[in-house]
Amino acid sequence: MNLVIVDLSYLLAALLFVVGIKGLTRPRTAVRGNMLAASGMLIAVLVTLIDRNVISYEVIALGIAVGTLIGVLMAKKVQMTAMPQMVALLNGFGGGASLAVAAASYLAATAGTIGVTETSSVISQTAMAMAILIGAVTLSGSAIAFGKLQEILPGKPMGFSGMKFLNLGLLIVALVAAYHMISTEPGPAVGAFVILVIIALLLGVTLVMPIGGADMPVVIALLNSYSGIAAAAAGFIMGNTVLIVSGALVGASGIILTQIMCVAMNRSLLNVLFGTMAQSSGDLIDADEVYAGKVKSSTPDEVGMLLEDARRVVIVPGFGLAMAQAQHAVRDLADTLESRGVVVEYAIHPVAGRMPGHMNVLLAEAEVAYEQMRTMEQANPTFSKTDVVIVIGANDVTNPMAREDKGSPIYGMPILDVEQAKTVVVVKRSLSPGFAGLPNPLFARDNTLMLFGDGKKAIMDLTTAVNEAA
Amino acid sequence: METLITGSTEMEQLVLLLSLFALAVFLGVELITKVPPTLHTPLMSGSNAISGITIVGAIVATGSGGEAGVLVQLLGFVAIVLATINVIGGFLVTHRMLSMFKRRG
Repeated sequence: MNLVIVDLSYLLAALLFVVGIKGLTRPRTAVRGNMLAASGMLIAVLVTLIDRNVISYEVIALGIAVGTLIGVLMAKKVQMTAMPQMVALLNGFGGGASLAVAAASYLAATAGTIGVTETSSVISQTAMAMAILIGAVTLSGSAIAFGKLQEILPGKPMGFSGMKFLNLGLLIVALVAAYHMISTEPGPAVGAFVILVIIALLLGVTLVMPIGGADMPVVIALLNSYSGIAAAAAGFIMGNTVLIVSGALVGASGIILTQIMCVAMNRSLLNVLFGTMAQSSGDLIDADEVYAGKVKSSTPDEVGMLLEDARRVVIVPGFGLAMAQAQHAVRDLADTLESRGVVVEYAIHPVAGRMPGHMNVLLAEAEVAYEQMRTMEQANPTFSKTDVVIVIGANDVTNPMAREDKGSPIYGMPILDVEQAKTVVVVKRSLSPGFAGLPNPLFARDNTLMLFGDGKKAIMDLTTAVNEAA
Repeated sequence: METLITGSTEMEQLVLLLSLFALAVFLGVELITKVPPTLHTPLMSGSNAISGITIVGAIVATGSGGEAGVLVQLLGFVAIVLATINVIGGFLVTHRMLSMFKRRG
């Protein structure tokens, strides 16, 4: 097939990816955007299949068949609460694919086969080394992230204090091996290639192991970016433009989401990757002191009466809501309130779920309209005009210490200013702390009512109370 | 793959590809900052599907004939399987999520 047509088709595919992502900037155009991107992929694959370099099809057909089967099963079976694990797996597969392509290219060059790369130049060998390094780190790092999210591995940070020096050492060994691989003819440097693969895989493990479960959203976003950069590196091996462009797009996407997550937690990326959360030394805040005699426990009937008189209600969901499978119960309560003329909105903190935008998907699954989902920036100015805020399964993201207590480890983290509302109802099992391990002075405020119990049951009781009052 | 512009040296080719990479990164940053937080999870799974474009490299590496050796074929097969899971799984699950986002009424 004419090379110009192949390259023009790749350009078309790349453009479709760009237009597809542009579609994702609005919920209304998002479905179409995804389909445009998918059709770009179809074009790229078809054109490659009729490329004259491709002469045998058995292995390709088998690979695509197996991959399609697994992909369809994963996409159909996955629970929305398990989406972070799914994305972690997909990140890892992307990295693994780039690693395998780079390794295959290198070994083909070693055997002196023409086809994969016509020149075993320094440039394509550098690209191979980069694709191997980043691809392998993405593969094993994502496997660890998946393990932590799936709770196969303990969520707490694992490692020792000198871990970063070990990582630095591994990185240096990997770079030396990569340099050896690049500066030598493929044949004799096979040893360096093997060392690079092994060390890079190890590095992925030791990089993600020490990161705690609460920081996984950042890690997934970062690994997402790595999987894109690995694909771009694989593109440089073959001088393939569509790989470079799409890899760059995905790399940029992951980096931006990483940045958003870091800002939402008021932490630098370096701090997330290499420092565990600041240990509050000595003057630990005593939970009893914060709560003593000030926490008011309430009943569904009492809260139901408040809701009856409310004109504006804001629901603040956290991952605890999804854990209690309470999304549908919350939607029912919102419907009941709306049928009585109450305005109901959802205020969603950027780290409310377990990955960027996760909570929005969980609410969408329960058929909450997306216009009702408010970002932190949109919601904060409205709390002072709100009659009742219902906080469900969220804790740290409402903790006023982040704004008021300079000594607090979460000081500076942007939070939802729920206490400005007339009444705050906190649905929670107990006064136990959230991920940050801190007491929450919100629970002791004059305008806060605690509704202790299982999230789903408490919300259903509230709905019943509102209905009975009608 | 042959050089796009005949007669260009390898270094010129590299500069061309690096320019393409840099421009695509900037374009990506511009586009993705406009994606609302509501769609960040579908954005991640969708971009995962797009990074499955490695399948193109995997097809070229695998399909260039058996003389490259069994190990190359095996690695190519693994690459195709993984990249296909990314593409198919990514686009399908993104579609599933996006279909849930409904407007009022």
